[in-house]
Amino acid sequence: MIERSPYFDAFTYAVMIIGLGLVVFPFWVVIVAASQSLQEVSSVPISLLPSDQLWVNLSEAWERGGLGTKMLNSMIVSVGVTIGKITLAAMSAFAIVFFNFRSRMICFWLIFITLMLPLEVRIVPTYAIAANALMPFQAILDVTGLTWLVQTVSGVQVSLNWNLLNSYTGLILPLVATATGTFLYRQFFMTIPDELVEASKMDGASAMEFFWDVLIPLSRTNMLALATIMFVSSWNQYLWPLLITTDRENFGTAVMQLRFLIPTMNGTPDWNVTMAAALIIMLPPLLVVAFMQRWFVRGLISRDK
Amino acid sequence: MERRAVYRNKVLPWLLIGPQLILVLVFFYWPTSQALYWAFTLEQPWGGGNLWAGLDNFLYIFRDSRYWATVLRSAFYALAATGISMFVALTLASFVDRSLKGTKIFQSVFIWPYAIAAPAAGVAFRFIFSPEAGLVGGINELWPGIWDPSTNGIQALAMVIICHAWLGIGYNFVFFLAALQMIPRSINEAGAMDGARPLRRMLDLQLPLIAPTAFFLLIMNIISSFTDSFGLIDTMTEGGPVGQTEVMVYKIYVDGFKGLDYSGAAAQSIVLMLLVIGLTFIQFKWVERRVHYN
Repeated sequence: MIERSPYFDAFTYAVMIIGLGLVVFPFWVVIVAASQSLQEVSSVPISLLPSDQLWVNLSEAWERGGLGTKMLNSMIVSVGVTIGKITLAAMSAFAIVFFNFRSRMICFWLIFITLMLPLEVRIVPTYAIAANALMPFQAILDVTGLTWLVQTVSGVQVSLNWNLLNSYTGLILPLVATATGTFLYRQFFMTIPDELVEASKMDGASAMEFFWDVLIPLSRTNMLALATIMFVSSWNQYLWPLLITTDRENFGTAVMQLRFLIPTMNGTPDWNVTMAAALIIMLPPLLVVAFMQRWFVRGLISRDK
Repeated sequence: MERRAVYRNKVLPWLLIGPQLILVLVFFYWPTSQALYWAFTLEQPWGGGNLWAGLDNFLYIFRDSRYWATVLRSAFYALAATGISMFVALTLASFVDRSLKGTKIFQSVFIWPYAIAAPAAGVAFRFIFSPEAGLVGGINELWPGIWDPSTNGIQALAMVIICHAWLGIGYNFVFFLAALQMIPRSINEAGAMDGARPLRRMLDLQLPLIAPTAFFLLIMNIISSFTDSFGLIDTMTEGGPVGQTEVMVYKIYVDGFKGLDYSGAAAQSIVLMLLVIGLTFIQFKWVERRVHYN
């Protein structure tokens, strides 16, 4: 603080409290509605004080949405995507920064440009590929005439087929490629001084030993920050799981399940159960962000005033 | 930038980067090339391969007044949601940046919306704005029928935009706060010595200094309003009433998966892709000549 300005300080607190109200209000409504009975939640105007039905609604939502399976699926997918993204990002960035091969910049740009092609934008063709992930390879075989060659020589029709619909692989794999992660790791690896590489070479460490014993421990903070972002974004995926899962019973994720718990036009308006489900579903990423905030924000916010 | 100390190995780098390259080729470049193929061809109704259609698919969507309505709506959506969200986040960040006592608590709460899935927020806001329920719908008791987003398109769009803006607060707040805290303390002190009061310093010193971040966020927000709006619209309005909340991404989904018009959906995807690529490009051009304070 530079000078004393009591009025402006009071104004600052006032603004922050209004902001707090704005941000917290939807959360408050969800919690309040989730704790009320059907009658309380449908009364106009609604009471903004919590009632005593929270546990009843939570277990009803859990039961009706089959949230046991769904939460487990979401967890498997998010953890899978997070680990996959971090592994691939670290490996690719390591190859790009610490190896001298001719096409490394081409490889970097090939990965980096995907930043401009969000899933939502190319959703229709990506869905087609999920039905057969080997389609590009089949096309290559067809175009190069290899299919024809194999067929004439051996009489076997080559048709590659790998269906990703209704599987964890299908939910995870298309989300694992990461331009952001690769870029961030590359930025970090580029700050590693040459001397460190030379020292580890002198000590007789191989490239992979350098990667494991020097780079990975050094990048731990970045990894935690990246993991937080990745976990939140993959838990919150909606469009992709919705498309790729027809067997909602077994392979649905928690977030997409929410859509099917909204009261219908002519059904009972039991918003209390819907809100209870929303509460369950938003909790894991919220907890992750709350606990990881220190690491997640540290990369961005460094200075204390 | 060039490293002196590198490893020399012909095989290892390819093993390291290979998996990611394969994924990128299979799930990014192949689908994109498919979209191009579909956009320039037309599938025959009875099978037998696609016919070359040239620019017909594009001309068809460009002649469709419904498509232009969607484009205009998306633009309005993008600007409104981005404007509200960035304004609120910037205001909060400026005041949090003063680091008064107890600010830490506010700071951590302001990040929360970042963690919330768009459909979860969509469901919560749908309830808040529901004409039958007792929150915003309560005003129907006073003036019957004044609030009904299920029949009034403008109200429905406003509801979705407010929800989108709320969701963006966390992300924008983190970036604005980071930018504000990177401004050297001495600049602020110099301003104070010259007799500028805190509010004056906020407006005339700090605001111009974080312009690069604001620009970065502007582009990021616009792109995200093109792409992330799907989860909100699908849970809040399903594009209704009568398509009045349909934005570009949602129309691609409806035409492609509900209408099975792959060529039309692909042509729309290409248009959207060009938009996103254009915006990203502008952003990188800008970031290159970013202001550095120290």
